[in-house]
Amino acid sequence: MPEGTTKDGIGAALRRKEDKKFLTGSGRYTADISRPGQLHVHFIRSDHAHAKITSIKTDAAAKADGVVAIYTGEDVAADGIGGPICGWVVTNRDGSPTNEPPHPILANGKVNYVGDHVVAVIAESLQQARDAAELVDISYEVLAPVVDLASAAASMQIHENVPNNMYFDFELGDEAAAEAALADAATVVELDVRNNRLVPNALEPRAALAEYDPVDESYTLFTTSQNPHLTRLVIGAFMLSIPESKLRVVAPDVGGGFGSKIYVYPEEAVCTWVSKKLQRPIKWTADRSESFLADAHGRDHINKVRMALDANNRITGLRVDTLANIGSYLSAFSVVTPTILHAPLLSGCYEIPAIYTNVRGMATTTAPVDAYRGAGRPEATYLLERVMDVAARQVGMDPAEFRRMNFIPKDAFPYQTPVALQYDIGDYEAPLDKALDMIDYKGFEARRAEAASRGKYRGIGLSSYIEACGIAPSAVAGALGARVGLYESATVRVDPTGTVNVMTGTHSHGQGHDTTFAQIVADKLGIGVEQVEIIHGDSDKTPFGMGSYGSRSLAVGGSAIAKAVDKVIDKAKIIAAHLMEAADSDVVFADGKFTVAGTDKEKVLSDISLAAYVPHNYPHDRLEPGLEETAFYDPLNFTYPSGTHIAEVEIDPATGVVQLVDWACCDDFGNLINPMIVEGQVHGGIAQGVGQALLENAAYDETGQLITASYMDYCMPRADDLPDFKVDYTVTACTHNDLGVKGCGEAGAIASPPALINAVINALTPIGVTDMSMPASPEKVWRAINDATQAQAAE
Amino acid sequence: MYQTNYVKAASTEDAVGHLAKGGQLLAGGMTLIPTMKQRLASPETVVDLAGCGLAGIEDAGDSIRIGAMTRHVDVAESALVQNAIPALAALAGGIGDRQVRNRGTIGGSVANNDPSACYPAAVLGLGGTVHTSTRDIAADDFFTGMFETALDEDEMITAVSFPKVAKAAYVKFPNPASRYAMVGVFVAAGDGHVRVAVTGASSDGVFRHDGMESALSANFDAAALDGASVDVDDMIGDIHAAPDYRAHLVVEMTKRAVAAC
Ligand SMILES: Cc1cc2nc3c(=O)[nH]c(=O)nc-3n(C[C@H](O)[C@H](O)[C@H](O)COP(=O)(O)OP(=O)(O)OC[C@H]3O[C@@H](n4cnc5c(N)ncnc54)[C@H](O)[C@@H]3O)c2cc1C
Repeated sequence: MPEGTTKDGIGAALRRKEDKKFLTGSGRYTADISRPGQLHVHFIRSDHAHAKITSIKTDAAAKADGVVAIYTGEDVAADGIGGPICGWVVTNRDGSPTNEPPHPILANGKVNYVGDHVVAVIAESLQQARDAAELVDISYEVLAPVVDLASAAASMQIHENVPNNMYFDFELGDEAAAEAALADAATVVELDVRNNRLVPNALEPRAALAEYDPVDESYTLFTTSQNPHLTRLVIGAFMLSIPESKLRVVAPDVGGGFGSKIYVYPEEAVCTWVSKKLQRPIKWTADRSESFLADAHGRDHINKVRMALDANNRITGLRVDTLANIGSYLSAFSVVTPTILHAPLLSGCYEIPAIYTNVRGMATTTAPVDAYRGAGRPEATYLLERVMDVAARQVGMDPAEFRRMNFIPKDAFPYQTPVALQYDIGDYEAPLDKALDMIDYKGFEARRAEAASRGKYRGIGLSSYIEACGIAPSAVAGALGARVGLYESATVRVDPTGTVNVMTGTHSHGQGHDTTFAQIVADKLGIGVEQVEIIHGDSDKTPFGMGSYGSRSLAVGGSAIAKAVDKVIDKAKIIAAHLMEAADSDVVFADGKFTVAGTDKEKVLSDISLAAYVPHNYPHDRLEPGLEETAFYDPLNFTYPSGTHIAEVEIDPATGVVQLVDWACCDDFGNLINPMIVEGQVHGGIAQGVGQALLENAAYDETGQLITASYMDYCMPRADDLPDFKVDYTVTACTHNDLGVKGCGEAGAIASPPALINAVINALTPIGVTDMSMPASPEKVWRAINDATQAQAAE
Repeated sequence: MYQTNYVKAASTEDAVGHLAKGGQLLAGGMTLIPTMKQRLASPETVVDLAGCGLAGIEDAGDSIRIGAMTRHVDVAESALVQNAIPALAALAGGIGDRQVRNRGTIGGSVANNDPSACYPAAVLGLGGTVHTSTRDIAADDFFTGMFETALDEDEMITAVSFPKVAKAAYVKFPNPASRYAMVGVFVAAGDGHVRVAVTGASSDGVFRHDGMESALSANFDAAALDGASVDVDDMIGDIHAAPDYRAHLVVEMTKRAVAAC
């Protein structure tokens, strides 16, 4: 890690300002908040994957102690309450739109996954609500579940308006060109991969607390959201018909989201709806079992990949056919994730003249699937970096050298890919070389031999990734089906004494914005970070913003802050000129001081702010009083982080256990504001990728029951599963934002799974293993070794 | 959790009195409390054993006697256990995580007889004795099936004794998710006879493996187990390990335990 500077500004590895409260258990999360007179809601969830509801009897429950009300889908329908909307849809290959089924906030006549919300029981205490829930008698007529993604199209139709259980049938690229490349290829490389399904597992489960104020007819909703303004828009305008101005949404401290807290869920809408009906605050906190069942899951693709190489082993074409499991309903970003955030990434960091992809989004009777850390890019990177290794093996090349010769050269930027994106800048060889050095790639064969002498198989695997983040140019997003803009907003308010409040539309739920954003402001204004407060997560306090996901907070939100600070400086210079009786153009602002060239006159920020708020001596003819500016920033392009991750593993053939023994990565995130926070993001991302590659798997049985519904069976990565990561960076500054920054929040989770699986396969290549699916569990690896050694023995 | 009453027993007799009236004993609560929270158990009364004076580790000459309420951390850190039966201290130190070890007790673990728990393998492998409010039960008679023991309804464990043996080792292959034993093997050698107790693997709970015991009694060397096999039909199969993989791991972990002795 680069040395921290003593200065507070950009580039300093400052400890996070917010950690004091988190590490001392003083965070204030939604579940920590209570309102006088609040009631508790417990949701009765479907325990069938697919069933008609034939009757719901609530009489006995309604009479139970403490029960105040019980609501079902009929009440929702009677009140005309809408469902959560899909925030981004695509056009099908044949020009038709995405099929959008209704998503009632309490099931109306039918349930479509285990965990679907059926009845809301509201009582004085949670205990009473849960006791009463056991008295509710729901009769179901069980229907055939649709669990297997590959056969979903031929299974029982789930939604009336989704024929063949296909929500959408998307394509991108030039099919004829890709097929021609494959037909003319000297080598065709084929690979089938499965991107395993994951449960997001944020540390804090989802929660909501809604309160209605009958005096001014307004609502306040505290909720675990990554984007409170979007929640307000969707619940207000689309679900409950509440004027936006009458709904305040507060996302206080939020304990992780990884995407799962972007979407509006039925529970928070139910709380808001009922808070007015009962004129009392309504509180709900998910327990961990509910999180497993009903948080939007991630990934779950089947990809068929074909790559064409010419006689010189240069890639000439790529075709990818994908089935994406979207689950029982269309969650907010469920359509964009496997399409717009996936297909354009298929060029990776390579020159591939012809690419075509078809993505079919399938309905199944499983929990909704949506964006999860990386959202589409991990799936694209996984299949691409896996097929790169298969190709290198097939043509007998070193995988690093095969990648290098196919990289987009660094003088080719801006580079237009055949799949819509234009990469602004990059240099893919630099991080590859550095990472190879960091892990001592040249010394690997000696390490492999040494491990073999201990009876272990040692393997090394690479992944050279690119990702597109910092979403997104609104016009581009709109043309591609987005129903929202994707700019960001910020208000920078300098107080009379010179301290600064920054109201940002992004939301921090673990990313360290309080520190990173303060560093930007401190750097630009020449003040200390402790003088800067970052305010986020309250729709009444912050300008309309789109929230945090898609590694956009710094590149888009930080850019909005920088822009607002620039406006403050521009105004402050005019005030300074007035105070120092100089011409505007003679005032210079540097290191926190306003000076007049050629004189010893000098003012600091607090002199200016005082004059702005106590405008006795003030340029009233030119300026309004006050020192507060708002900026909205709409990015011109995505940002394109890239780099190389390398994993080294040792496998115990007697047990199949894969031990991750070394990790080196070199990422290009453009300029770094706080290297310590960036490194933390890299570590966390790799840990999640290791989880996906080795440990995690959300599995449903054939009846549609989630069989990995607790930590007894769902395996999360732990600290002792991970080696010390070797982390370094190269820098090509982003060309289209002033800070020169790219996103870093998802890169680790995007880059790491293929590196690890490539390493596992590399370790087992000498005994003839050529494939491995995720997660590479001990049993699976043991079987692969057994099968391969038996096959070798038979030869 | 359902509404429940809480009493703190003052002595073993007091606890047994509550037990006879249908109370549910509460030791470290590491199993009972989560079960109650998930509404899978709804005891009318929980009887806390913390005030019964059942915690403590004693040197009893040929054996070590560990009170039922002794926590895993205390067994793991006991100099007495570390010297006399280091395998037992290591086993206790490998249970769950720090928080679990700071609460969970030997009595709770042995009484529960979870098929994936570690302690039952030590009790059976070492040929220990379970002391109860009414009698002493030999390990071979105590564990009667998955979550089943020889305890009567109004009987509770007060202590467990472990003979000091010449050599012993416990090797655990943790379930990747829960880190309970997916397969755990306790091997103990003394008096010319070897005992092999296996946990985590069988749907009947902890068991001894005669074949490997005789092979090792004849030749106490991991190589003596080459060709050993475990009946696949007895093995648990789940998403983490099918029966054949578990059966393989039983032999493999036994070899490793022998090598570690
Ligand atoms: C996250 C986690 C990980 C774990 N990992 C492991 C592991 O790796 N290996 C392992 O072996 N265990 C593991 N455990 C179990 C743990 O070690 C405890 O031993 C176990 O939960 C029971 O002990 P307790 O003292 O908490 O008993 P409690 O939960 O209080 O009681 C368990 C049962 O025993 C009964 N009981 C308690 N004391 C007595 C007594 N004296 N006489 C008769 N009946 C009694 C109770 O009524 C109850 O039915 C884990 C637990 C957790 C929560």
